[in-house]
Amino acid sequence: MSTHRLSFTLNGTKHELEVAADRLLIEVIRDDCGATGTKLGCAVGVCGACSVLVDGELLSACLLPAVFADGRRITTVEGLAKNDLTPLQDAFIREGGFQCGICTPGQLIAATALLSEQPRPDHEAIRTWMMGNLCRCTGYYGIERAIQKASGVGGQSPPNRL
Amino acid sequence: MTFDYHEPRSLAEALALLDRYGDDAHLMAGGTATVLLMRQGLLRPGHVIGLRAIDDLRGITPTRDGGLRIGATATLRAVERSPEARMYSPALTDAFASVATVRIRNQAMVGGNLAHADPAQDPPPMLAALNATVSIRSSRGERSLPIDELAVDHFTTSLAHDEIITGVVLPPIEPGSRETYLKFLPKTADDYATVSVAATLRFAPDGTIAETRIVLGAVGPTPIRARRVEDALRGQPPSRVRDALELVPDEVDPIDDLRGSAAYKREMARVWTGRALARVTR
Repeated sequence: MSTHRLSFTLNGTKHELEVAADRLLIEVIRDDCGATGTKLGCAVGVCGACSVLVDGELLSACLLPAVFADGRRITTVEGLAKNDLTPLQDAFIREGGFQCGICTPGQLIAATALLSEQPRPDHEAIRTWMMGNLCRCTGYYGIERAIQKASGVGGQSPPNRL
Repeated sequence: MTFDYHEPRSLAEALALLDRYGDDAHLMAGGTATVLLMRQGLLRPGHVIGLRAIDDLRGITPTRDGGLRIGATATLRAVERSPEARMYSPALTDAFASVATVRIRNQAMVGGNLAHADPAQDPPPMLAALNATVSIRSSRGERSLPIDELAVDHFTTSLAHDEIITGVVLPPIEPGSRETYLKFLPKTADDYATVSVAATLRFAPDGTIAETRIVLGAVGPTPIRARRVEDALRGQPPSRVRDALELVPDEVDPIDDLRGSAAYKREMARVWTGRALARVTR
């Protein structure tokens, strides 16, 4: 098995490490970097729990070879709030955008990517975009309300998308 | 899963690696399919050759004659969002936007999508209806293959072990041509199609159908050209569509699965081909 030297930033902090060719990004950010906010759900790219931003693009960390992260800027749920929660995070709390919380890191990352690309998404755009982030507590109405509430407010972009 | 990962910077370097490792090498573009197949133990290559760092494989560019070239490592989402692709044909970008979710489309790449030869994928039927050719390189030279001849069975292509898909070339669209892509999704919006239909059609000045190409996805081991339907319509007025649709169920070869029985899919292939033809003859 070949190993590869990676250099990337995770939520603004630089990491340099050596990884085996078969490591996936989700394993590296959770196990090597200790950022356990990102969850492993289905492990086949369907459920959205492992959603992360790589150079601002929404991706499944469970499908992404870790070697693809070399030279990239990765943002996980830990990287969203600075001193205060982002308007989106605040809206998730106020609108009941979650129950058990396991899908929430992925929901927040996916919605952050949506608002970064479409600052004022309509009902249909929110549903189309968020369709791939599953919530088994049936919190979809709250999630959509939260995104609507935060839309147009600004301040959603993680630091590396500015 | 144990393998060596290589990330060549040039096509020449990639071809040399392929020649060196032969059957033990597997090419990877975006990795969505390769990672899953390796994790499931269905694919056990000793060497994985990543194509994403090769400049020559990138880009979506109009060709001089009014066609479009899509590089093998363009992501599905790059095609979906490309103004050049949308200008070429909105049906093309619609088909790419139909794949799974934004996350998958941000990672999956066009060359990998074609080489994977999954008969339920959205881009191949649309590319076939648009009469695409696949550009292929090996250390022996280069060739162009009509996209109809790429997939030969479930997850199987006619590519040799030493060949790399470098891109897809779409010919200019003839004036007056109409194109559409429809995907029947009775379950969830991010699912594979139960049946999909890509259709292009052009009328002659006398109002008869001059040319049509109809390609169905997810109802056979490869995308299926409904050639008998096309033949039945060529030179005919659009009022003949209804009769021609009766030929559709015998053109397809679906399997029973969670998305429906084979008999149901045959019937849905007829219904959705009718809807696609209604859109392009309207």
